Amino acid sequence: MLDILKYPDERLKQASQPVTVFDDALRTFVADLEETMRAGPGGVGIAAPQVGRFERIVIVDISALRKLPKGSSHSGRLLLINPEITEWEGMVMGREGCMSVPDYTGNVIRAEKIRFTACDESGTQREYECTGFEARAVQHEVDHLDGLLFLDRLVSRRSDLFRRKVYQK
Amino acid sequence: MNEHWYMLTLVGRDRPGIVARVTHALFEGGCHLGETSMMRLGGNFTIMMMVRFAGTTHALEQLVAGEAESLGLRLHVDRVEGGLHRHLEPDVRITVYGADRAGIVAQVTGALAEAGLDILDLISDVGGTEEAPIYILHIEGRALEGIPALESALEIVKGKGVEARLTPVDIMVG
Repeated sequence: MLDILKYPDERLKQASQPVTVFDDALRTFVADLEETMRAGPGGVGIAAPQVGRFERIVIVDISALRKLPKGSSHSGRLLLINPEITEWEGMVMGREGCMSVPDYTGNVIRAEKIRFTACDESGTQREYECTGFEARAVQHEVDHLDGLLFLDRLVSRRSDLFRRKVYQK
Repeated sequence: MNEHWYMLTLVGRDRPGIVARVTHALFEGGCHLGETSMMRLGGNFTIMMMVRFAGTTHALEQLVAGEAESLGLRLHVDRVEGGLHRHLEPDVRITVYGADRAGIVAQVTGALAEAGLDILDLISDVGGTEEAPIYILHIEGRALEGIPALESALEIVKGKGVEARLTPVDIMVG
């Protein structure tokens, strides 16, 4: 179990560096990161900077949900190293919380469907496509790698309307 | 003296700068703010603020009374139980709209309460025109007896010119 950094810890606002060495040390860290994610209450994703390691590594696994949210893809365990989102499609508002921001949830607009590339543990690049809740989780975690929290993307809690706007980083 | 939480309410004609002036007076008086909610309702300024203060209800009223009076606002202060970090998370969002008529909120919330809805947040508004007003109601809450029970309750409410939509709130924690 690794300690989770909690905002206002400034380190959460820094950008993480790409992984260049795919070795046993990386695999050990990934196992610890995954254990930490699964220990968190309701945690369906985690990013390395949340535990103070500023490398571009995230894990997403929405399997723990009691019920798959409508419109969501389900890819099982996703280990994404050096992920790059390449396509965003549609927009949808949803509620997010974060292990690094306890006792607060807020509404955030995310792309409904994304395509992205990422390396696996051996450094092989793969392509992915996710929708709905799972896509939201990936976008939330990739944001952590750029020093962004869902707090940076909050929209009014009092409205489920939003202006049309192109979704960009 | 120990600090306590108070609920401070201000209501009156809206104008720019009210929040800044009132919160400045509170800050100068040594208060801490907790959760607050300001809304403009029918051209009126309304705000409810959790205020932490080491003094009596009367002393807190005195801190704000001057500003409230000069702004033409009615002030009300209650000492309250409770505190921060007690959020409950919604698992359902319900939107209801239709031609405005008396009784929509009572009927809808009555049916939903019976089906186990605990309302955490409610906001309603009247849009449309004066001749043909429409009523819009947004609710977030917890489905204490499950979402299907609420869906059944909404089916009964629907019709008679009222539309209702229920969306589960799936909170993504990452």
